[in-house]
Amino acid sequence: MKWFPIVVLCLFVGLLFYAEKDLPAFGDIEAPQNTHVSDEYIQRSYEDTHTPEFVTAVLADYRGYDTLGETSVIFTAGVICILLLTGNRKDDSKV
Amino acid sequence: MIAKYKNIVVNIASRVMAPFMMLYALYALFHGHSSPGGGFQGGAIMAAGVMLLRLTLGKERSSRKFPVWLAPVIGTTGVFIFAGTGIVTMLGGGNYLDYGFLPFPFLSPSEHRFWGILIIEIGVFLGVSGIMVTIFDCLTAEQE
Repeated sequence: MKWFPIVVLCLFVGLLFYAEKDLPAFGDIEAPQNTHVSDEYIQRSYEDTHTPEFVTAVLADYRGYDTLGETSVIFTAGVICILLLTGNRKDDSKV
Repeated sequence: MIAKYKNIVVNIASRVMAPFMMLYALYALFHGHSSPGGGFQGGAIMAAGVMLLRLTLGKERSSRKFPVWLAPVIGTTGVFIFAGTGIVTMLGGGNYLDYGFLPFPFLSPSEHRFWGILIIEIGVFLGVSGIMVTIFDCLTAEQE
């Protein structure tokens, strides 16, 4: 039984190596991730947003709604910490 | 309650380092337009500076520099700035978070977007730093 997880892991590694052959080469300009919208971001972000760093332009302008979601996730985590960890704690073990 | 760390080397070193960490956080925030950086990174560095003071000076002494009640206020203010910017652009006639409709006179549309990005990066900075310090304070709060 101890060898069962190791065998499953080896099979999974083999599956990943098998799937890796179909991925596009690193830096391939014909790859799908380099032919869709990234050219537009690289070429037009300075004219659109006056910002030299186009990562910032994508993060805050083109995908600003996404960044708002990330910030609200952190905000929710803080609110949950305040609600759970501070204030009076009732002893529920005697119920 | 975290007590003062009883080692003079750690105390002096952290008190020298913390202001520079906070200054570097502001640099990472305001230089995010032309180099790697921005609100998330700057906020994390800022919160690390405050947490360093909390850990070495103790919670009571570091609360004189950065009170415990201030962190949730800063965090909610940051999220409010971010969401409020979207509301302002909607009042200006555009879509949510479409910075071209911010009410800045005498600026070209691309410069509108430049300043809009800076405003929401400041919102993210305040939100991340305040909420991280809040979580740290909640986790280290004294038990009754």
